[in-house]
Amino acid sequence: MTDATASAAPDAAPRRGKSIVTQDTNTRKRNAAEKRFQTYGMIAIGIGVFFLVALTWSILRSGLPAFTETAVTVEFNLSQEQFDEAESQVLKTAAYEGFFVRALQAQLNEEGAGDVQVEEDAVGRIMGNVGSQIREFYRANQDQLGQEVSFTVPASSRVDRYLNGALSREDLTNSRFLEPEDLDIVDRLVDSGVMANAFDWTFITGTDSGVDNPGGAGIGASVIGSFFMMFVVLVLALPIGVAASIYLEEFAPQNKFTDLIEVNISNLAAVPSIVFGILGLAVFIQFAHLPQSAPLVGGLVLTLMTLPTIIISTRASLKSVPPSIRAAALGVGASQMQAVFHHVLPLAAPGILTGTIIGLAQALGETAPLLLIGMVGFVARQYPDGLASGLLDPNSAMPAQIYTWAARADPAFYEKAWGGIIVLLVFLLFMNALAIFLRRKFERRW
Amino acid sequence: MSTTLVVLIVLALGAAGYVLGRGRALREVNGDQRRLHSLPSYYGTNVAMKTVVPAMLLMGIWLLAQPLIVETSVRGDLQDEAERQNRSVSLMMSDVRRVANGLDVAVSQGVMTRERASNMRTEFTDVRERLGQAGVALGSDVTSAVLRAAQRYRAISGRADLLRTGVVLALALAGLAFGLRNSTAGYRARNVVESGIKILLILAACIAILTTIGIVLSLVFNTIEFFRLYPASEFFFSTTWSPSFGGGSELGIIPLLWGTLYISVIALIVAVPIGLFAAIYLSEYASKRTRAIAKPAIEILAGIPTIVYGLFALLTIGPLLLRVFGDQTVGWMDAGTAVMTAGLAMGIMLIPFVSSLSDDIINAVPQSMRDGSYGLGATQSETIRQVILPAALPGIVGAILLAASRAIGETMIVVLGAGAAARLSLNPFEAMTTVTAKIVSQLTGDSDFRSAEALVAFALGMTLFVVTLALNVAALYIVRKYREQYE
Repeated sequence: MTDATASAAPDAAPRRGKSIVTQDTNTRKRNAAEKRFQTYGMIAIGIGVFFLVALTWSILRSGLPAFTETAVTVEFNLSQEQFDEAESQVLKTAAYEGFFVRALQAQLNEEGAGDVQVEEDAVGRIMGNVGSQIREFYRANQDQLGQEVSFTVPASSRVDRYLNGALSREDLTNSRFLEPEDLDIVDRLVDSGVMANAFDWTFITGTDSGVDNPGGAGIGASVIGSFFMMFVVLVLALPIGVAASIYLEEFAPQNKFTDLIEVNISNLAAVPSIVFGILGLAVFIQFAHLPQSAPLVGGLVLTLMTLPTIIISTRASLKSVPPSIRAAALGVGASQMQAVFHHVLPLAAPGILTGTIIGLAQALGETAPLLLIGMVGFVARQYPDGLASGLLDPNSAMPAQIYTWAARADPAFYEKAWGGIIVLLVFLLFMNALAIFLRRKFERRW
Repeated sequence: MSTTLVVLIVLALGAAGYVLGRGRALREVNGDQRRLHSLPSYYGTNVAMKTVVPAMLLMGIWLLAQPLIVETSVRGDLQDEAERQNRSVSLMMSDVRRVANGLDVAVSQGVMTRERASNMRTEFTDVRERLGQAGVALGSDVTSAVLRAAQRYRAISGRADLLRTGVVLALALAGLAFGLRNSTAGYRARNVVESGIKILLILAACIAILTTIGIVLSLVFNTIEFFRLYPASEFFFSTTWSPSFGGGSELGIIPLLWGTLYISVIALIVAVPIGLFAAIYLSEYASKRTRAIAKPAIEILAGIPTIVYGLFALLTIGPLLLRVFGDQTVGWMDAGTAVMTAGLAMGIMLIPFVSSLSDDIINAVPQSMRDGSYGLGATQSETIRQVILPAALPGIVGAILLAASRAIGETMIVVLGAGAAARLSLNPFEAMTTVTAKIVSQLTGDSDFRSAEALVAFALGMTLFVVTLALNVAALYIVRKYREQYE
């Protein structure tokens, strides 16, 4: 710019290319750089959004099949004599399996697919151990003998994966679990409507199954485990966090001790979560001998982790209450404590609540500390039966259960892990939506 | 009497104290509230507080201290026996605890009478079998010394429990009486209650300090224990990591630090440019509407739990990379778990972290600096590159340091995505492991907590804690300095 005026001064004659209408090379270069720079920014945003979409797509595509299961529905009629006969045999479940195969064949004939010949071996591979399921049902409900009963038997996880498209026919060479010929039967079963996809309630309500039964695994028990942990976090972290924030924001004098607390809180907020796990292991389990894998211990560790988050957000909402409120309360004769508890705290409550919910959502998804206090590596087979048992008996939690499934060798568990993530994210989404709703509804601008 | 029952009784006494204290103060002035110093409810709260708080505090401290004291006294007896058997006292102590626990369970289930549990001798009874009947499985046979110690353990704890119940209840009653005696018309109940509440508030604020102390102590003691079993110089300078629980393990931290650093650097290479450019675009170029949509969309990435990123790395990024760089094409990659896999997933996780911190910092640069630059004829991008970024640089460096500390401390992504082999290699497509992943694997096995192989996790945790703390302190210092500059 300086050059332009300097060179223009001695020679008054107009020079080409210096018009303000047509751009010279320098301007063009600068404008191009401007465009490029702006494009980089847009690309960066695009990449961020792309990752979000890729993540969502990958979760939904792999996780949704976990909520459905393929099942075979067979009309079944077992008479008292057949029951007695089967019970008197040595291989009792095999006898029931025979009944099942005959009933299935009959149904196929009825549906017009009589050309398919089902054998017991193939049924075992496609549907697992049908015989024992039927036997258990009739032993428990002997009054159903002689009556028409509709049985729904889940297909094995491999058949599930085949129908989802996760497993192709070519992958099945040399597998003793499922042979390519079985897939022909599966196709016919699906065509005739005997085999169909249904919503899998076991996944939502069930407990974890053993390592060899991915189909029966459910997330219900660990949802309860997470619930108990969040209960502990809420009961401890909310009052302690609010009390600490009130002290720091309203009463604390400016001195070394207050500074020490402030430094500690801001550092704890950035300490890696695994370190809190080590703390929990050393203090709560080794030192205080609390039971391993208990939601109580998990809740205590997560409380310590969540406290800084809650304190920081509570202080922010206390700070946003204007000083005139305090002054007015003090002016009509309230003590300092009364001014805070009767006037400032209620006005700050929506903000505190929002912060607490977001802190809880963070704690709900935290996994690393739970690994160290032993919430993985065992099979959470049972629902707790009561408050004490819920707090003290070994249980899993949602993220820990997802990790357990992801770490198992059978790839059928991966689908369950993705499904578990969907359940976890639904909870998180709900909590965050609630926080946003509360903020929108009760937020006051002073 | 169980602890829960004692707590309930104390709480009931507190409730009674509230009613009595309030009533007494009101009676004293014949129901004329104006003659009281404070509102009647303060007299009630005063009594309730004096009943409940000291009793509960005493109970908490006692519950923490009792096992320690009981153990020290039992441990003394075991010393000789442990030397004779050549076992560590702490191992025997855990046996003792297990047997004592088992005896408690057996008595409560009625498998054993109380007398029998405290007089039984290993010479005459198979203790392991008897406890097995009560559903308590013991790993080994019970020696007579362990059984005797367990019985002594039970006896002392039993006496201590009884004493605790008595003392706590007595303290609650004393508090109740003291509070009631004070409930006179002129008593400054509100002032007392308020200073009591203030003390409770201070105690709550101190939990942050206690947590830090707890972290430091639990790391330091176990680390010292570890260095007693394993030389510190080997830990810090050895280049092999091969723990074997049979003994003869080599526990050098260098390969783990290398893996941690490598993965973090890849994560930052992904996250910093994307995050920074996103922040620049959002704060300088984006229209209000774009900002309202794009900013929350990117910040959703920050709210997703790390286990999700871990699974994404293991099951989506890993197989994808394997298809591109695997044996079928260039053959750089053998398995889905690799430094690159974990680094990419971690990078995605850090994008919102970098972008929202940088966004705040860029927004804090005063508008006058932008106006000055525009006034000289600079384009918007020139202003950003030559004025805003230099001004915001310290803050951005702080944000990157915070992101680095996040990356170093991240656990789930590396546990699932980075593999388990500790090696020193430059190939980013090879599996490597990190400090955090090894903390998890050393502490989640079925190993003995007192072995060097398990204790090394605490030394690793200590290293991690010190490194992340240093990064955080440096970052916070820089950010704070920067903020003061423009305020």
